[in-house]
Amino acid sequence: MNNRVSDQDNLVSVRDLTFSRGNKKIFDDISLDFQRGKVTAIMGPSGTGKTTMLKLIGGQLFPDKGSVFVDGQNVHKLRRADLYTLRKRLGMLFQSGALLTDMSVFDNVAFPLREHTQLPESMIRTLVLMKLQAVGLRGASQLMPNELSGGMARRVALARAIALDPMMIMYDEPFTGQDPISMGVLVHLIKSLNNILGLTSIIVSHDVHDTMAIADYIYVLSGGKIVGQGTPKEIQESDSEWVQQFMTGAADGPVHFHYPAKDYIDDLMSSGKRY
Amino acid sequence: MDFIEGLGRSSRISFNKLGRATHFLIQTISGVMSVFMRPRLLTKQLYSVGVMSFLIITISGLFVGMVLGLQGYYTLSDFGAEETLGVMVAASLVRELGPVVSALLFAGRAGSALTAEIGLMKATEQLSGMEMMAIDPIKRIITPRFLAGLISMPLLAGIFSAVGIIGGQIVGSGLLGVDEGAYWSQMQASIDFYDDIINGVIKSIVFGFVASWIALFEGYDAIPTSEGVSRATTRTVVNSAFTILGLDFILTALMFGDH
Repeated sequence: MNNRVSDQDNLVSVRDLTFSRGNKKIFDDISLDFQRGKVTAIMGPSGTGKTTMLKLIGGQLFPDKGSVFVDGQNVHKLRRADLYTLRKRLGMLFQSGALLTDMSVFDNVAFPLREHTQLPESMIRTLVLMKLQAVGLRGASQLMPNELSGGMARRVALARAIALDPMMIMYDEPFTGQDPISMGVLVHLIKSLNNILGLTSIIVSHDVHDTMAIADYIYVLSGGKIVGQGTPKEIQESDSEWVQQFMTGAADGPVHFHYPAKDYIDDLMSSGKRY
Repeated sequence: MDFIEGLGRSSRISFNKLGRATHFLIQTISGVMSVFMRPRLLTKQLYSVGVMSFLIITISGLFVGMVLGLQGYYTLSDFGAEETLGVMVAASLVRELGPVVSALLFAGRAGSALTAEIGLMKATEQLSGMEMMAIDPIKRIITPRFLAGLISMPLLAGIFSAVGIIGGQIVGSGLLGVDEGAYWSQMQASIDFYDDIINGVIKSIVFGFVASWIALFEGYDAIPTSEGVSRATTRTVVNSAFTILGLDFILTALMFGDH
């Protein structure tokens, strides 16, 4: 079986992907490309499956139909050992940071190195301190995760994500809930890591301003479809009402303010079942 | 019709869960070799699962033994057989109460903690994070805890029985005047190593197996919300108690049925 694609420019290619949760179709036959060395953003309203897309790319979820190629390998046809080999080359920054709460900052960053390499402890220490220095938290190496602010936790998670020098990092809502300073630090880190280390980055976000500032290419998803795509400039100038609603933050539009429900008056007048 | 439909639905859900639990158990057992190659993972869990349960097991064992001494004395003295108090206390403890009560305490103390820990690791994406770091959470997190439960349970049951026998002796000989020599010698003469002690150890290994399995699976299968983890923790204690008591009846019938 041919599990390879010829397109060398794209590190990740999503082809004709359909994915459902129960009866709800999250993605309906969509295709996306993520170019090597670039920052590509997936944007869209909450609940459009942006995080789900990252989990599909990482092989944590299986699509109903279609395929995902990472570095030419069909993720969902890999054997478990091969999938784990591939994942060693991918980093993922979770929205919560997902730091191991029973370990210090230092041990969290050292964790993938200790698990996957046979390096001596002195070298692990040097590598960990270098990664922490890169995110500005070398001084916090002995703190526990519960002693960190949200922004610091994400920076530690970022240091851990780059511990094995991956070829790609996936960021799940990196800017959510951050104060302006932390946000600025994260934006700077993502862009500089991408440029200096030659990474490919996928950012899932609904933070329009900061994502537009660092992304090279943007996909806007809504209702299981791609409703807009292009460079930040093209997205800004898009005449798609879906994209415009998202960019301007209009309360109503193609994406409705109200969750689907029966008629309001009928609902108020009926005796109804207890909620 | 609704009743049959409901019955069908709940049966399907139960079988589905049983299938997931079995698959989880197979995955857990398949990681055993990797844990033996990294014994530090196991010793850390032996401490938190086993050593941390030591106090509750010891204190409970002492009180259970004291109550057995008291109740046994009142019953046996009616027949003038208070000299056999040691046999009654020891047989009750090593055959039944040691394995069963220590397993129930284990499920309540260590089992609930394991479920909450794993459930919260799932809710805070720590398990997903490990998977994305190419680290199998079953091998790294679940199997060491499972083995720790399996190893700790018979040791804790042994400690429970030993402390209980001392508790019985304190009350029987110390307070109620049963001859101390008779207490110990009758016990030594009547308690059989294989029939009583080994069967008790087998029971506690079985209980350790199921209590650890239930606790870890409920945590791993929990809905990753605070309510989901809370429900999973409750299910661990309730399901462990039912399973331990049910299995105790079956094992007792198999082990002591021909007496």
